[in-house]
Amino acid sequence: MSALDLINPTSGLYRKREPVFPRVVKGRFRQLKWAVMILCLAVYYITPWIRWDRGAYAPDQAVLVDLANRRFFMFNIEIWPQEFYYVAGLLIMAGIGLFLVTSAVGRAWCGYACPQTVWTDLFQHVERWIDGDRNAQLKLNNAPWTAAKLGRRLTKWSIWLVIAMATGGAWIFYFADAPTLASQFVAGDATFVAYATVGVLTATTFIFGGFMREQVCIYMCPWPRIQTAMLDEKSLIVTYRDWRGEPRTQGVKKAAAAGEKVGDCIDCNACVSVCPTGVDIRQGPQLGCINCALCIDACDEVMGKLNRPRGLIDYLNLDDEKHERAGGAARPILKTLLRPRTLIYFAIWCSIGLAMLFTLGERARLTIDSAQDRNPVVVTMSDGQVRNGWTIKMRNMEARPRSVELTMAGLPQGRMWTDAMDRKDAARSVRLNLAADATTRLHLYVAAPAGPAGETPFALIARPLDATPGTKDGREAARDIKFIRQ
Amino acid sequence: MTDHSKRVDEATGTNLVGHEWDGIEELDTPLPRWWVYIFAATVVFAAGYVVAYPSFPDVAGGTGWSSRGQLEEALQAQTAARAPVATAIAATPIDQLAANPQLMRSAIEGGRAAFKVNCVQCHGSGAAGSKGYPNLNDDDWLWGGDITSIHTTLVHGIRSPGVDETRFSQMPAFADILSKGQISALVNHVRAISGQGKPSAAGAQLFAENCASCHGPEGKGMREQGAPNLTDGIWLYGGDRASLTQTISKARYGVMPHWATRLDAATVKMLAAYVHSLGGGEANPTPAPADTAAAASGESNVSS
Repeated sequence: MSALDLINPTSGLYRKREPVFPRVVKGRFRQLKWAVMILCLAVYYITPWIRWDRGAYAPDQAVLVDLANRRFFMFNIEIWPQEFYYVAGLLIMAGIGLFLVTSAVGRAWCGYACPQTVWTDLFQHVERWIDGDRNAQLKLNNAPWTAAKLGRRLTKWSIWLVIAMATGGAWIFYFADAPTLASQFVAGDATFVAYATVGVLTATTFIFGGFMREQVCIYMCPWPRIQTAMLDEKSLIVTYRDWRGEPRTQGVKKAAAAGEKVGDCIDCNACVSVCPTGVDIRQGPQLGCINCALCIDACDEVMGKLNRPRGLIDYLNLDDEKHERAGGAARPILKTLLRPRTLIYFAIWCSIGLAMLFTLGERARLTIDSAQDRNPVVVTMSDGQVRNGWTIKMRNMEARPRSVELTMAGLPQGRMWTDAMDRKDAARSVRLNLAADATTRLHLYVAAPAGPAGETPFALIARPLDATPGTKDGREAARDIKFIRQ
Repeated sequence: MTDHSKRVDEATGTNLVGHEWDGIEELDTPLPRWWVYIFAATVVFAAGYVVAYPSFPDVAGGTGWSSRGQLEEALQAQTAARAPVATAIAATPIDQLAANPQLMRSAIEGGRAAFKVNCVQCHGSGAAGSKGYPNLNDDDWLWGGDITSIHTTLVHGIRSPGVDETRFSQMPAFADILSKGQISALVNHVRAISGQGKPSAAGAQLFAENCASCHGPEGKGMREQGAPNLTDGIWLYGGDRASLTQTISKARYGVMPHWATRLDAATVKMLAAYVHSLGGGEANPTPAPADTAAAASGESNVSS
């Protein structure tokens, strides 16, 4: 190993990146890629700007991850840190969804929806707009550095940088009120973490989308390895029908006239020249293939011109491949999609989603928690009664102040009071005003006549006083606790 | 790498490194060049890091950074961040503290921390006390349970040597004054008024002559004197016969230090707020209007 190895790309130890200049292509999968890209980008950029009225006590941003106040808002769902299991449920759904999509259509995530794919695609469109299509790009890349080339490069990089900044900039709006943060950000009044986040995401978008591209997929991303491991013999994979295409022949008429066996592939390299990761699909399934299906579009176009049937390169599964190699006719794709494995994944995925929706609808919005004083547990009062104490946390998860009555069920001789009251006002119940969308902490004391050592169970019941009849507002929160005598 | 080790994998055209496990061979896939550049960049970063930060024993880094220094800075930042609250608490008269709930809450939390450092040695970590050291959770107070009285106790201490304003009460050691029989009768009486025994005329007589001036005719105590209420169930040194006999014979002189010279004014106020918050705190006595006060003093004159 010498220093020369770092520079010499022919060395076997290090490999210089071969730039990929994919040619523009038209077709059904390109249309689908456009649609997915526009949908993904629109959702990403627009979502934080959607307003959602929640009244005076909660933010009016439809989707907001409020880290400072530890609240997560998504339209009419509000999640507290205690309810983080809903996010865990979403992650499980994402996992099962990955199983489902991968077992049905292979690496569709990589080919269509992955941010790396979407932004690389976007950057490549900018590239074509500035530099022209594949051949012009190749030519410019190999040209010496003239003022004209520098001008084009700077133009392209500037547009990339604007897109990258918009991407990094949109991210922070999910974590704060978007219009406020936007004006603060422009005025220079936003927090350091906002600028740092935008800076980092701008840099990664610019570098990954503009220069790293397929290197991210091939060398940096664990996803291709994981997804490949999840494929089975019925997963759709972009496949070259080599039994139909081989032997590939350039001078078809001449070769046919000479009596040679001729395949459908005319070796026009269209499939290679449109590939965003620069692989040759005719070599078979490979790590570098993100299954974006652009080579299918390119090949279909050529086959159309030659009046041959489309699908020399096509979505195919291993079973169908065997079937066709044995001389069987092509089978419809739908049969592949509807099979026990995908249906079971889909059923599991739906059940988790429905279960979460059900529990979201049924979850308590008023809860009570208690921690009994342990040091000391029992305090003897001067009138001979004994006192226990609890730290009580009342969570009012609704975006409005609430009025509740806290009542004792059990311990008939006990009387309670809070740290905001005097013991002479102790009673069987106390009224509390709970702040909107907040946890109210208080110290609760209960005194009862002395007696034999032991525990007396009783319950604290929080009953809303401001419930609208016929709604779930009136649901009580209860907590079983013990009065201890020593 | 020597040439004789080079064998090429037919499917990929990549060299094999020569490692084989059960027929699976490792490809010598070349690293991407940018990866090597990043490795080189980390080496350069590491060189800079070694120079900038302490990397060798007893050699300070170029930036002068140290973990102790960082801790010191963090502590100073904390003190500075707390300063406005501490200043506000120090500037607020103790009886006005409760009027500002937010300040009161800060004071209670600050007191909770200060209590753990300064008070737990005698009063226990839960302020539950032990023999000779009062439980601060209950509603029985020797010198008063409103926040002003608690603050006064904290500032000047109890029987704290060398402090003129310290709270001071001295119960005589009755072993020198009364006979053992008389002391026994007194113990009987104290147990009777605290609901632990039967009353006796002799004990009541002795109590009225020797004890009532401080503990009150009914033994309910007198906070001005720091004389405890003898009729309740709470005992500083114990309500059993042996403890009471020793208390009456030898007297007890517990000492609490004065904190005015040991802690700053804000901390003492925070401690008062914390002790007051433990569940036995009393409201400040409302200052009576002038005429009512006069009437009250007149009444007491009549009764005496």
